[in-house]
Amino acid sequence: MTDDPLIDIRGVRHTFRTASGPLKVLDGLDLSVPEGGFVAVVGPSGCGKSTLTRLVAGLMIPDEGTVRVHGAPVTGPRSNVGMAFQNPVLLEWRSILDNVLLPLEIVPTKLSKPEREARARRLLALVGLEGFENKRPSELSGGMKQRASLCRALIHQPEVLILDEPFGALDAFTREDLWQTMHRVKEEEPFTGVLITHDLRESIFLADRVVVLSGRPARTQFTLEVPDTGRRTLDHLYTPEAAEMLNTLRHQIEIAQGRAPAAQAAE
Amino acid sequence: MSARKILVPLAAMVVFLALWELLVWVMGWPNYKMASPSDLIPAFQRYWGLFLEMGWQTLWRTVVGLLLAVVFGVALGMIMGFSRTMRDALYPLLVGFNAVPKATVVPIVALMFVGWHDFNTVLIAFMISFFPIAVSVSIGLSTLEPEYRDILRSLGASQATIFWKIALPKTLPEFFGALKVSVTLAFIGTNLMEIVSPHGRGLGALFDSGKTNSDYPLMFAVLIALAFLGIVLYYIVVALERIFAGWADRTV
Repeated sequence: MTDDPLIDIRGVRHTFRTASGPLKVLDGLDLSVPEGGFVAVVGPSGCGKSTLTRLVAGLMIPDEGTVRVHGAPVTGPRSNVGMAFQNPVLLEWRSILDNVLLPLEIVPTKLSKPEREARARRLLALVGLEGFENKRPSELSGGMKQRASLCRALIHQPEVLILDEPFGALDAFTREDLWQTMHRVKEEEPFTGVLITHDLRESIFLADRVVVLSGRPARTQFTLEVPDTGRRTLDHLYTPEAAEMLNTLRHQIEIAQGRAPAAQAAE
Repeated sequence: MSARKILVPLAAMVVFLALWELLVWVMGWPNYKMASPSDLIPAFQRYWGLFLEMGWQTLWRTVVGLLLAVVFGVALGMIMGFSRTMRDALYPLLVGFNAVPKATVVPIVALMFVGWHDFNTVLIAFMISFFPIAVSVSIGLSTLEPEYRDILRSLGASQATIFWKIALPKTLPEFFGALKVSVTLAFIGTNLMEIVSPHGRGLGALFDSGKTNSDYPLMFAVLIALAFLGIVLYYIVVALERIFAGWADRTV
């Protein structure tokens, strides 16, 4: 990790024009992610978290403020981003292997065809999908689809991995399984990540920094640094330190939802 | 498995013909009221050459009309699928056009292009069959989940790439569903024109001549021939569907 942020979002404001009038979604959003860092973003429903991912991906440009990746302002989509959503959106007519290879058909790559395939197979093995390369997405469970989707997001070695509630629709056990997979993946395939989530335990288990957004219009309300404890296991979630972090975050969410007095918000 | 797939529908057909024969025999109907399957065999034998010639004329004009419907329907569906404005603008027009019974359009077209029998017939087959294709393609494209688009767009893919790699294949199951409807519609279109327009070509004309000569078994034989062509074309579409959109079938 260097001190120079890879992703740097400063004073972003954005208003959507909707059928029922303008809708202000972001109002003073600051966020920075150092290279190799993993930031989780939590906040009340509909506060503009997904808008944030679209900004980083270059899928939209904010009305005000700057979004920089590697110091350069984001002005449009660039191939150095990998995305995974709650909906795994795999292409049903392709095998799992061909689904994972999809980004390499668009992003320029120096890899030969066998090299690309070898890389895809290695990623699939890393997430525990060895032997499923030739299956169709419809033959996989929800958790497995999400694993494949993760491989697709990583195949072109993106600088930034954007995860928009990727585990949100999974059952609790599958989700915890995938959390551990994420740690394994990050060790083998280092990336800089932004994770949108509703799950506070997920945020402190996966990320090294948790950012709480306020209710709409969203601004950065609170930032929590998760201390580096080496390799994390699920046991870490049941320590007093974890309980304290979760308490702090829950309280911040209550403030964001307007259910607790804002005076206690740490500015 | 495959033998079963052929034997079951074949058995159903035999049962159907037997019931038909039985009904006519039990009721004692003369063949001008309802011909029985056994009356049809002599009709086919006598006019075998005509059936082949007319059947071919009907078939190729139906197929050409259908191909035009596919090209035009897909193009229109794409325009409506990608642009909300175009969708809002074109839907009422399209629905209105489709609501007009094509039987009423036939004499107009026959007068408009008098003497262009092939063209007229293809035109009606086309007009009657493009609507389901346009609607299904437009719905398939407009209901594409935004995440599919975002996955490729975030990598810098162009709209054309997104269309070829995702939107088009994802729409194929809907497209083939519509094509199955359109196949039979196109036959109706072809025959409307062949029966109404006095040019003596196609199975419709054969039907018409059976009517004027009071050859009732011939009329029924034409209906059977039309049904046969319809089945053949339908299963060609099914075969194409299995090749290009077989992935959507969850029952296998």
